[in-house]
Amino acid sequence: MIKTLRMILGGTCLLVMAGLAQAADKPNDAQIAHIAYTAGVIDIDAAKQAIKTSKTKLVVDFAKDMLRDHEAVNKQALDLVKKLKVTPEDNPTSQALTKAAEAEREKLAKLQGAAFDKAYIINEVAFHKQVDDALKTVLIPSATNPELKSLLETGLKIFEGHEQHAEMVAAEMK
Amino acid sequence: MMAKHISLIAGVFALASSVLPAHARTIQVTVTGMAFSPASVTASVGDTIEWVNKDPFAHTATVKGAWEVMLPVGKSASKVIKKSGMVDYYCRFHPNMKGRITVTP
Ligand SMILES: [Cu+2]
Repeated sequence: MIKTLRMILGGTCLLVMAGLAQAADKPNDAQIAHIAYTAGVIDIDAAKQAIKTSKTKLVVDFAKDMLRDHEAVNKQALDLVKKLKVTPEDNPTSQALTKAAEAEREKLAKLQGAAFDKAYIINEVAFHKQVDDALKTVLIPSATNPELKSLLETGLKIFEGHEQHAEMVAAEMK
Repeated sequence: MMAKHISLIAGVFALASSVLPAHARTIQVTVTGMAFSPASVTASVGDTIEWVNKDPFAHTATVKGAWEVMLPVGKSASKVIKKSGMVDYYCRFHPNMKGRITVTP
């Protein structure tokens, strides 16, 4: 079960990395804003699914933490793009992220109980790790506006924190 | 008689001040940009640590298995330090946020 999950996750990762590679000839600030915002939306949707599906307090509480933080980051992102008069621009990376998230959501929708909890948390660890890598290697170095760069740096700390939080929850579930 | 009285009173004061902490302080730690600042503080037993959360995110100051202070957005919360020693705490929501309190007796 876990093995299959890992394989699927591995596939998801590749897909997104391909998206990032396409955009790697430096995404512009409007695309970067779109990617960061999309990553937030994906985690918010996953959290909503977990809050609805899971019956485990530990997991539901974690999902609520994700929902609260990512809504706060995305609100900051919206305020910033408005202030900078930048219109977030859709791009292959955002599309790959969204596509992978839809596949994950459909997969999770077929699970319940402990199987759902486990799959959700494992994906949270993997997803946050993947976004951390994207922020560190592509998004932050490519951002030209200093305020956008600074927001992405805060975003990176949040995502890294969530990754560790998810790892702790995974350890507690065993 | 009078002198005796005075020395008695002085004695009582001396006793009181040796028992109660001389001047309990409040040490402020600001929470901003996903970090505790300063990350490391020194306190004495009886001092209060006050965390002021200036982030748009909720945080905690947590010592695993011992205590937890919730730090909602825009709020302050505090804790009186009762034991000497070194205390490492972290944010339960973002375990990459770490702080330390060194408590002298
Ligand atoms: Cu925190």
